Amino acid sequence: MSEPATHSGISQWLDERLGWHAIKELALHKRVPMHKHSIWYYLGGMTLFCFLVQIVTGIFLLLYYRPTAEAAFESVEFIMTDVKFGWLIRSIHSWSANLMIFFAFVHMFSVFFLRAYRRPRELTWVSGAFLLFLSLGFGFSGYLLPWNQLAYFATKVGTDILGQIPLIGEWLLTVARGGEDVTGATLTRFFGVHVAVLPMISTFFLLGHLALVQKQGMSVPIGEEYKKTRQMPFIPNFALRDLVGWTLALGILVLLASLFPWELGEKADPLASAPAGIRPEWFFCFMFQTLKYIPGKVWFINGELLGIIAFGLGGAALVLVPFLDRRAAREERHKWLPVIGWLVILYIIVFTVLAYVV
Amino acid sequence: MNRRGFFDIFLGGGIAALGAAVLYPLVRFVIPPEQPEATVSQVVAAKVGELAPNSGKIFRFGKDPAILVMTPNGQYRAFTAICTHLDCTVQYSSEMQQIWCACHNGHYDLNGNNISGPPPAPLAAYSVSVRGDQILVSKA
Ligand code: HEM
Ligand code: FES
Repeated sequence: MSEPATHSGISQWLDERLGWHAIKELALHKRVPMHKHSIWYYLGGMTLFCFLVQIVTGIFLLLYYRPTAEAAFESVEFIMTDVKFGWLIRSIHSWSANLMIFFAFVHMFSVFFLRAYRRPRELTWVSGAFLLFLSLGFGFSGYLLPWNQLAYFATKVGTDILGQIPLIGEWLLTVARGGEDVTGATLTRFFGVHVAVLPMISTFFLLGHLALVQKQGMSVPIGEEYKKTRQMPFIPNFALRDLVGWTLALGILVLLASLFPWELGEKADPLASAPAGIRPEWFFCFMFQTLKYIPGKVWFINGELLGIIAFGLGGAALVLVPFLDRRAAREERHKWLPVIGWLVILYIIVFTVLAYVV
Repeated sequence: MNRRGFFDIFLGGGIAALGAAVLYPLVRFVIPPEQPEATVSQVVAAKVGELAPNSGKIFRFGKDPAILVMTPNGQYRAFTAICTHLDCTVQYSSEMQQIWCACHNGHYDLNGNNISGPPPAPLAAYSVSVRGDQILVSKA
């Protein structure tokens, strides 16, 4: 017997009940290839870190936040001014939300350019795409919660777009708003979605995403041979590196939250005009800016509807990338797929900047 | 039909019915009930003298915002303040002498006509009358 008696006793006990060895094997078998693109392997983990920060800070905010039109703004004000470290918790929640979406985008594009979605990782990509949509859902629903002027109008516009969808639009709009208009009923709904529905669904997709990554191990870019690349065990070596990154990220979050505490703005007033300079959160800006350029009517089609259809198709194409790129499955590089990727990035950057300067 | 097929249909139908019976109340729950609202046909939008020429004001018409404008040559005009594009609340811009929507830079002229930007339709107009020192706005 090489192991101490107690240790093997416990591990055997657990193994009989949990299939412990299988779990240990799943945890320990993953190796991370080290090559000049390995840096991108950290981004999923960064996104994950932000997600965990969201859960923790979100639960703390729940202690004081009140989801009604009368009390929401004041309760956030209370958190920012009276509650000890309230400003810190709220600002970290806001900053980390934005960083999470940023990292999710960068993670997605890096996986795209490395073609890590190719066989057998198609489902990893699909689950990831849904995680991105869910993250945007978090952003949209969370934005309204402080019940300030900017969020109020952003939500009016965002939900009104739903109403443009033929046949079911009217119905969707009423369900999303909890009535015809954006009111306290909308706030309460968004709150429920933000703190219960989305976290539950995201956790489900996230566990799937992570289980797939763990099972399949990391992919290697086309052209590099897995067997020939240098590798390091995920546990503990790479995980420890991840941890160093997370510690750094936590420091940056605290720094950002302290130097630039999140603003609260003015309380929403359904009788005020939409203020100049109104815009949604930055990650919706490229879509928002596009809507500005589409005329009210294109031929006989409603301009918004055209926008919705275009972005809907874009989203569908995103989910289906692994199935559209048939070459990658044969370990061949597609010629113009990266070009499309860069054009999309360029479009997103240019239109986001336009939303801020025009 | 054999017995197996019969039971499959029976069981499948039963499950489908059960699913529908569970789903129906849930879907209906999510759709908010209609709330009867008092229909308003006339409101006091402002006092005479409250508005200077070339200015505007948002007031409440029923549950919705509406806008009262005093044109540069001293006429009163009133419209719904809900932008026909995506539901934002418009404002009067003295600088442009137009009704303007900040959300996507939509412009309307002083007759409520959409003249530039994304709004697809004019703002519905209300009729304005002055009685004593009150400016009354009513559905046209
Ligand atoms: C909430 C958002 C997300 C979280 C928390 C997350 C988390 C992770 C983690 C921890 C990894 C392993 C490390 C790495 O490759 O960076 C990973 C891998 C991966 N993710 Fe994500 N991810 C998210 C969103 C996405 C999105 C939006 C996509 C694409 C549409 C995506 C596609 C992938 C793929 C294909 C891999 C495998 C990469 C490889 O084997 O080289 N993920 N994800
Ligand atoms: S909502 Fe008024 S221009 Fe878009």
